[in-house]
Amino acid sequence: MSTATDTTTPAVDTTPAASPEPEARSGPSRWVLVVAVVVGWVLLWLVVRGQDTLQLAGRERTDVMRWLGEFRDGVIASRDTNALVAFTGAVGEGIRTLFGELQQVFSLPAFPRPVPQIGWLGVVALATWAGTAVANLRIAVLVAVTFVSYGVLGYWEQGIDLLLVTGLSVAAVVVIGMPLAVAVGTSRRARAVITPVLDAMQTMPTFVYLLPVVLFFGIGVSSAIVCTLVYALPPLIRIGGYGISAVSTSAIEATDSTGQTSWQRLRKVQLPLARTTIVVGLNQSTMAALSMAIIASYVDGPGLGEPVLSALIRNDVGASLVPGLLIVLTAIMLDRATTAASERAELAARGRGLRGRARTVVLGVGGVVVLVCVYLSRTYLPLAAWPETSLGRDLADTLDSATDAVVGVLGGAGEALRNAISYGLLNPMQSLLAESPWWLAASALVLVSAALGGLRAVVPTVVFGTGILLLGLWHSTMLTLTMVLVATVLVMVIALVLGVWMARSRRVDLLLRPLLDAGQTIPAFCYLIPVLALFGFGRFAAIAAAIVYAAPAAIKLVADGVRAVPETTLEASRSTGTTSWQEITQVQLPMARGSLALAANQGLLYVLAMIVIGGLVGAQALGYDVVLGFSRSEEWGLGAAAGITIVLLGLMLDRVARAAADRTGGRVDARSRFTLPRRLSPTRT
Amino acid sequence: MRTSLKRSGRLAAAAACATLALSACGSSSIDEQTSENKENAAASGDCGELNMAVNPWVGYQADAYVVGTLAKEKFGCTVNYKDLKEDVSWQGFGTGEVDLVIEDWGHPDLEKKFFEGEGDGSAQDLGPTGNEGIIGWYVPPWLAEKYPDILDHENLDKYAQQFKTSESGGKGQFLGADPSYVQFDEAIVSNLDLDFKVVFSGSEAASIEAFEKAEKDKEFLIGYFYEPQWLFAEVPLKKVELPDYEDGCQDDPAEVACDYPVTTLKKVASTSWVEEGGPAVDLVKNFEWTNDDQNEVAKYIAKDKMEPEAAAQKWIEENPDKVEAWLG
Repeated sequence: MSTATDTTTPAVDTTPAASPEPEARSGPSRWVLVVAVVVGWVLLWLVVRGQDTLQLAGRERTDVMRWLGEFRDGVIASRDTNALVAFTGAVGEGIRTLFGELQQVFSLPAFPRPVPQIGWLGVVALATWAGTAVANLRIAVLVAVTFVSYGVLGYWEQGIDLLLVTGLSVAAVVVIGMPLAVAVGTSRRARAVITPVLDAMQTMPTFVYLLPVVLFFGIGVSSAIVCTLVYALPPLIRIGGYGISAVSTSAIEATDSTGQTSWQRLRKVQLPLARTTIVVGLNQSTMAALSMAIIASYVDGPGLGEPVLSALIRNDVGASLVPGLLIVLTAIMLDRATTAASERAELAARGRGLRGRARTVVLGVGGVVVLVCVYLSRTYLPLAAWPETSLGRDLADTLDSATDAVVGVLGGAGEALRNAISYGLLNPMQSLLAESPWWLAASALVLVSAALGGLRAVVPTVVFGTGILLLGLWHSTMLTLTMVLVATVLVMVIALVLGVWMARSRRVDLLLRPLLDAGQTIPAFCYLIPVLALFGFGRFAAIAAAIVYAAPAAIKLVADGVRAVPETTLEASRSTGTTSWQEITQVQLPMARGSLALAANQGLLYVLAMIVIGGLVGAQALGYDVVLGFSRSEEWGLGAAAGITIVLLGLMLDRVARAAADRTGGRVDARSRFTLPRRLSPTRT
Repeated sequence: MRTSLKRSGRLAAAAACATLALSACGSSSIDEQTSENKENAAASGDCGELNMAVNPWVGYQADAYVVGTLAKEKFGCTVNYKDLKEDVSWQGFGTGEVDLVIEDWGHPDLEKKFFEGEGDGSAQDLGPTGNEGIIGWYVPPWLAEKYPDILDHENLDKYAQQFKTSESGGKGQFLGADPSYVQFDEAIVSNLDLDFKVVFSGSEAASIEAFEKAEKDKEFLIGYFYEPQWLFAEVPLKKVELPDYEDGCQDDPAEVACDYPVTTLKKVASTSWVEEGGPAVDLVKNFEWTNDDQNEVAKYIAKDKMEPEAAAQKWIEENPDKVEAWLG
């Protein structure tokens, strides 16, 4: 379950500007308070350790879990008579029929034809032409490379299916999401209602709602698309809504004076002025949709997720990496294409890129070529079906031995690192959090959040903490919280080191960026086995997987923030003869404080998104509970309770982190709620 | 620069199309195959569709693709393989989306919901596959060889400290399995008073990787595992003796102190599909093979990295008598 949000400076400038000098008032005293609370906590813990930890015995389940399970059973039992199930079932059937038709055109043999209506040559030509039409020639080349890679590596059908699923999902995101984005952007009340729902949609583990969705929408692509929608809708609504609400009041007032209706204002002023931001939202929704590829294949959703999972059950790392890398390539293609498409009109207006008559001619001639290719691919078998090659398998074997070699070299160090972190950091922290009586841990958490973020942090801690307590998984939550905190700290350490390095060296930046892009878009299921081989199963394996996913976002934010420090400031400090180390610690980092806070907040949320993956590699706790609920029908109630707990924990940590950041002056921008309007591509401005 | 790039791009594309078009000449055309397909369809029997759930493990794939391939080739059925977890598969019986789960390791809760009698009757038992699931506690072979007495549970405590890891809180670590399996290990550990803590791997992939790593690096590891499983071809795990299973010794989950029973793997099918009848239903009813048979196909898939269809095809060709018996 990986989000593909990425974090380079976007069209909308979300990198908080380097803020003025830190406010000295709350700085040190806050940390003194936190330390004081922790010391008090440890002292009390020594006395009451092990009491009231609320640990559930192996098979003990609470009433809430039983109630959730019975509710699900009731829905299953009523499925033949339930009107809602009948309606959603019909919708599901409609989606499957439409998708089946599309498959016969592009990816699956249209019986009695031995091949689809349009063979690969025609599809590649069409896609390349579309790339030229919506973006530019460079994008067209990228599109062609991606499509040809599907075919050459033996994943043509799955690659095209993935694009079809993503396309249909994004179309639905636009239809459903735009009206909601308008509501969020124009009405404060609507925003207050919708935002928490969006938060829940983005943090609820898919494994929790996957089975119920199947119950309503049926097995296959229908459920895959509905699950994808749940995850992919929020970015467009949030970011689009933000764009609409950020349209300057003077523009609105000026046009209101002409006596326009609110519909006219929306259509003629707000939407056009918010266009760039809306496209960023759409880009993020597309990335999110793509990141559901693997999960969807648990319910027979078509696409590149299926070969990844099927390789995973054979422990075939190479064979899962090949389709995994194709997903990365697809993500990069879609990201660059949507970005370029949104910039095309603007560039053309400035007299750059393909435009005017030249464009018409190129597209016209290209169109004819496409028609010829389509015709040929409908006539000749070799132009319709890719020849069987062993390239995919060869690449998989190469990747396999490369992984083995890396694991062989790093194996010992991995073990040592795991033990150092586990014994040195995880075990003591876990023992303090999870072996304290619940009332002690809860009070300590409230006090820590008060010290960090004041009243604004206390309220969410109390509210969401109470919810967690009532759901009955307090002990598991404390285990998970320990891992989340340790993982976030490690992410920030890595982000500071690599981020600063990237900001100070153009070459390092160029070298690292593609790796970071890949880290964020490659499905976690592809690197589970290498991570297990390096570190062995357990909490550290889960943390390592979370770092692979979360660190890139944080690294890029830190790098962008540090780079945004004005050159004049650096020169001024250099003239006083500072060393590089002093320059970093006394000028660059303090001035990039806002970005650091943002990086920590984002790192935290990305780590939270990996809790369930952690459950799959031996991290126990909430992640395991979710997987258990997904795997055994009788445990669904437990899984659902664990899923809701993860949502509450996420909301709690996010709100506390934000309140804390606001007090440092490193204000986490309101726009950055949960998903940031950030995209995969490097800055183009 | 820009224009020349543009032009050369166009030219290259046109050239590529033309070359491909020329090279395609003389190869078999799509139209011919289309009419061939039509004729074949008319000639083959009327079997209809078989919606085969494919649960996520290799042994299951072996069963599914052997039966599926036969249904397709001998009776002309359209076989739709659907990659699904167990719960979703069972939910699909009632809606007609799934006709067959071909290897079931025991799901009392699902039977209660969907079997005749207790549940809505959308699913029914089609008898054993012939495979026997041997669930239990296993150690990597190097360990059994070096410390033979470890294969008796009574000696486990002697080694508990060597099984200790960062995850096991000072006790020996016992590797719990993929949550898809019903496990009583926490109860067994506590009722046999062993100095171990159950730590769940969380997935089959993690369990397999753990056993492979333990054998390779000669690490201490004990955990829940099962046969038939392709891993045994690579790492022949050794089973640890627990108190024998007796009827009823697992009735109270909290009181379990015995080994797991031998599990008879069975076929479960949608009632409506069975009632419709047809050659595929009889094929599935007749299908029965041994653990060795399944392991062989599983080895083709997992070790030789063959596609499941190809692996099934190969086994079918090599075992004509067994296949003949199922075709009735």
